[in-house]
Amino acid sequence: MKVVVDMNKCQDHGQCVFAAPDVFSMDDEGHLVYVSDADDTLRDEVEEAADVCPLQAIRIEA
Amino acid sequence: MTGRIVVAGASMGGLRAAEQLRAAGWSGAITMVGDEPHMPYNRPPLSKEVLAGKAPFESLAFTPKAAAADVEWRLGTRAVAARLAERTVTLDDGSTLPYDGLVIATGMRPRRLGCPGPLTGRHTVRTLADAQGLRDALTRPGVRVVVVGAGFIGCEVAATAVGLGVREVTVVDPLPLPMVGPLGEQLGRALLKRHEERRVRFVLGTGVAGFEGDPGAPPSGGGGRVTGVVLSDGTVLPADVVVESVGSVANVEWLEGNGLDLSDGVLTDGQLRVGGRPEVVAVGDVARFPNARYDGVPRRVEHWSIPTDTAKHAAKALVAHLTGAQAELAPFAPLPTFWSDQHEFRLQSFGAPVLGKDDVRILDGDLDGDVLVGYHAGGLLVGVVALGGQAAAMGAARYRAQLLKQPALTA
Ligand SMILES: Cc1cc2nc3c(=O)[nH]c(=O)nc-3n(C[C@H](O)[C@H](O)[C@H](O)COP(=O)(O)OP(=O)(O)OC[C@H]3O[C@@H](n4cnc5c(N)ncnc54)[C@H](O)[C@@H]3O)c2cc1C
Ligand code: SF4
Repeated sequence: MKVVVDMNKCQDHGQCVFAAPDVFSMDDEGHLVYVSDADDTLRDEVEEAADVCPLQAIRIEA
Repeated sequence: MTGRIVVAGASMGGLRAAEQLRAAGWSGAITMVGDEPHMPYNRPPLSKEVLAGKAPFESLAFTPKAAAADVEWRLGTRAVAARLAERTVTLDDGSTLPYDGLVIATGMRPRRLGCPGPLTGRHTVRTLADAQGLRDALTRPGVRVVVVGAGFIGCEVAATAVGLGVREVTVVDPLPLPMVGPLGEQLGRALLKRHEERRVRFVLGTGVAGFEGDPGAPPSGGGGRVTGVVLSDGTVLPADVVVESVGSVANVEWLEGNGLDLSDGVLTDGQLRVGGRPEVVAVGDVARFPNARYDGVPRRVEHWSIPTDTAKHAAKALVAHLTGAQAELAPFAPLPTFWSDQHEFRLQSFGAPVLGKDDVRILDGDLDGDVLVGYHAGGLLVGVVALGGQAAAMGAARYRAQLLKQPALTA
């Protein structure tokens, strides 16, 4: 599964990190880093992350 | 699976409900009735990025999940009545929709000040059209802005207006501090200081008695354009633009006549069911639900996290009933979370600070800089709020796990 975060929208809210810690995390400066080719077993988590992103910046492609 | 679920209210709560109905296994029809002309869109940016001109309107639309692709959308259509005993909803085009399941997701509208004076020049912020109209007004050169109500939306609008270069921005509130109702005194004072340092003026402890308008316009009856705000002590604040951010009113009139408790939103049980009817649930801002995590007292929660949380739970409860599944669902117990962006700082909250306002402790930092504040009830941490930059917000997140595993509060 391909995960895309629109970094122009993302404001480092970090809500995605709680929902899908295997895919999203914060670096030392508090900025988002994420795995863009996430394992398909994590789909539910990533969908949840996409739901809770306040900026609706997360898309799942295929 | 046959039958139809009607979702009334086509905003975030309604959309999430439709998606979660599919996720819970409902394959019957879903009809979404919404009075706004738009597909569901995200409201928080309306008082922030959209007002600031940093986010185009098109960027606000939610992308519905593929599973909800076959939902029937009846946009620009209002539900005007419901007969729960007969399982029908009546629409403003005169048609009647029979349903097997009903999701109430009609949310809130801004409360308006009832005091006399002209209507033109007075704004609220709830819809795209509201934000567009207010942005047009704020970007006219030399405008003076009075914001009535120092809650979250009022303070966000004031901050955005200053950011747009508006030179006179005044916030009026009968309470002594901004956002003091939900956050308590310490943070209220810290927020006041930050806003004042950034050129927002506050007139606190004073209510609004009326509005002044153009000479020549009739003194009451809504004619003319606003020119000033009359305070309860008689002072007049000159104003070209007034923003009323004095709370909201639930859109529940269409549910009247069914014997429901509509005194503050629509009352639900611990499974978000309404009026003891397992085929009717409520989600989002309009739902007044008991939270098993806290004292079980039903409350409405106007946080962005709630439409999604309520939709997940309500959809499971509704589909279990409609399919005859004997699923015993645990009572609904969400961890509320909200944020607010004002000037360059963010407030980030987890839990229910409002329940712990009498026992507030600084957990980290200090009130003049980045700060993390803990709210306690009966000695237990019930909420944390961070104020400051991104690092502070992430600091609050570290307490999230603790808030999640704490035992339920008893009344
Ligand atoms: C300006 C603004 C800024 C915000 N900022 C934040 C923030 O920073 N952080 C945060 O946590 N939360 C914020 N919120 C709160 C958050 O946006 C709401 O909690 C959320 O939008 C609630 O969604 P909802 O679907 O329950 O209700 P609503 O979004 O109110 O949706 C209800 C829908 O139902 C429609 N409707 C009403 N009556 C009828 C009827 N009879 N028939 C058909 N349709 C009807 C309405 O027109 C509306 O489209 C903000 C809200 C606003 C307005
Ligand atoms: S939740 Fe959204 S805004 Fe926040 S860090 Fe994740 S992608 Fe960015």
